[in-house]
Amino acid sequence: MNLALAAFVLLLAAVPLLGTPDYFLHLGVTSMLMAVSGTGWAMMGRFGLVSLGHGAFIGTAAYVMAMLWNEVGVTPWLGLPIGVAAAMLLAFLLGYPCFRLRVVGHYFALVTLAAGEIVRLLIVALREHTGGSLGMTPRLAPDAPFLAMQFSKTGFWWMALLVWVFALLVWWWLDRSMASRALAAINEDQDAAASIGIHVTREKLRVTIISAGIAALGGALGAQYRLYLNPESLAGIGISLQIVFGAIAGGMYSMLGPSVGAVFTIGLEELLRVGFGTVFIGAAPFAYGILLVLFILFLPRGIVGFLLRKR
Amino acid sequence: MEEPALVLEGIRAGYGDFQALFDVGLRVTPGEAVGVVGPNGAGKTTLLRVISGMIRPTRGTARFGEVDIAATPAHELPASGIAHVPENRRLFPHLTVEENLKVGAFIPSARKRFAERSEYVFNLFPKMAQRRHQLAGTMSGGEQQMCAIGRALMSSPRILLLDEPSAGLAPIVVAQVFELVKRIRDEGLTVLIVEQNVAQVLRVVDRAYVLDAGRVVAEGASADLAADPAIRNSYLGGH
Repeated sequence: MNLALAAFVLLLAAVPLLGTPDYFLHLGVTSMLMAVSGTGWAMMGRFGLVSLGHGAFIGTAAYVMAMLWNEVGVTPWLGLPIGVAAAMLLAFLLGYPCFRLRVVGHYFALVTLAAGEIVRLLIVALREHTGGSLGMTPRLAPDAPFLAMQFSKTGFWWMALLVWVFALLVWWWLDRSMASRALAAINEDQDAAASIGIHVTREKLRVTIISAGIAALGGALGAQYRLYLNPESLAGIGISLQIVFGAIAGGMYSMLGPSVGAVFTIGLEELLRVGFGTVFIGAAPFAYGILLVLFILFLPRGIVGFLLRKR
Repeated sequence: MEEPALVLEGIRAGYGDFQALFDVGLRVTPGEAVGVVGPNGAGKTTLLRVISGMIRPTRGTARFGEVDIAATPAHELPASGIAHVPENRRLFPHLTVEENLKVGAFIPSARKRFAERSEYVFNLFPKMAQRRHQLAGTMSGGEQQMCAIGRALMSSPRILLLDEPSAGLAPIVVAQVFELVKRIRDEGLTVLIVEQNVAQVLRVVDRAYVLDAGRVVAEGASADLAADPAIRNSYLGGH
């Protein structure tokens, strides 16, 4: 399994060298970065910590990175980790009171939903710095593309691949740690988990911060790749639900589930865009809605969960 | 290391405005098996929840050796040697038997001794070894009770708190569970059992407290309590 995965990663690394058309490189980069965010989301989602506001973390990281570059001239190589750290800090500030006060289940989902919207509204409100709802463009630096992290699709292909492998490694490490068993226990019975010595607040907080950081990494890198930031597509409900959809469709209980889900989501989006174009605006959200219901009803463990089911 | 004693003095506790315990005192010395008996609603479960840190007493002191129970968060008490088998078992039903035992050894000191402890538990409950890959929620009530006790024993406790181990079990299974409790205490582990099944529990413990409406109304050696006409009439269905 691991060997096959390593071979697959090597194969992916070679794709840009085979003269692949830009369009497919673009789809690949977008899918891989979406897979990173989905994998991050599922790290906590699989333990019943359902967040409907991961856009809050993505938006925070992306805008911190872009504003550092545009206003202070800090290279995205530093800005990206700083932005991700800011997103993790936000996750801490959001998670601590929730977990301390036992905000669980639907209530936690609602709090995160609000958080995503608050970040979106903040970005719109701070239009002097963020460009508001018109969005913003990182300052172009054709003379120093490396410093500005502005390079070709091929460059971003390799970066996205690297970050994706990193996200999978974090998943793998988490899955093998005692933390994942503790979280499974917390998910089943919080009081019983505390009674055997599990620090419930700490375990939840830790996985939330890691999840937010990974999701933010994928999302912010995506903004840098597109060289365009927009509050609608980076924070708020839209992106948050897209991540959730991908993770559920692919299967949030398996390491590769959210990645398969990301490919599925991006593929579906392209299919609908090419198929309907402007004839049926809103086709994608409509299809997501129907498919989400069907997945939850018939494939609750997602595509990968279905393929891996016990015979 | 000297084994610690569990000492409760003047404990008051309750839920919101409702007071469930009135100045309860209790002592369990190392190696002893002690029962707390009494009718439904007497405050037995509340008392155990105070000892395992799940609720805070509003007055009184609770100590286990050097540890001030009332000032320690619940999740830190297992590390000081207190293991609680809660009412209705509270297993993790969608985890396997083995996974339940694994999280039972969550605290760092227990993780190091995992192999030794699981051998001990499987030896104590051979059935658990056969069922290690079964989801805990799919087992019978008696097996779940064994699994819950096993999970608590994984942390190498110095005192085992059992809350109504007989609840919802068939009489023959109750007898098996108490047989196991007897074995555990004979091996020297300190045990505190809360039970409604007074007749059964008095056969297993050395001493018992009778709790009624939140107060200790009697205490003594099991044999004396079992022979006491007043106790027999009130709590043993009188014969």
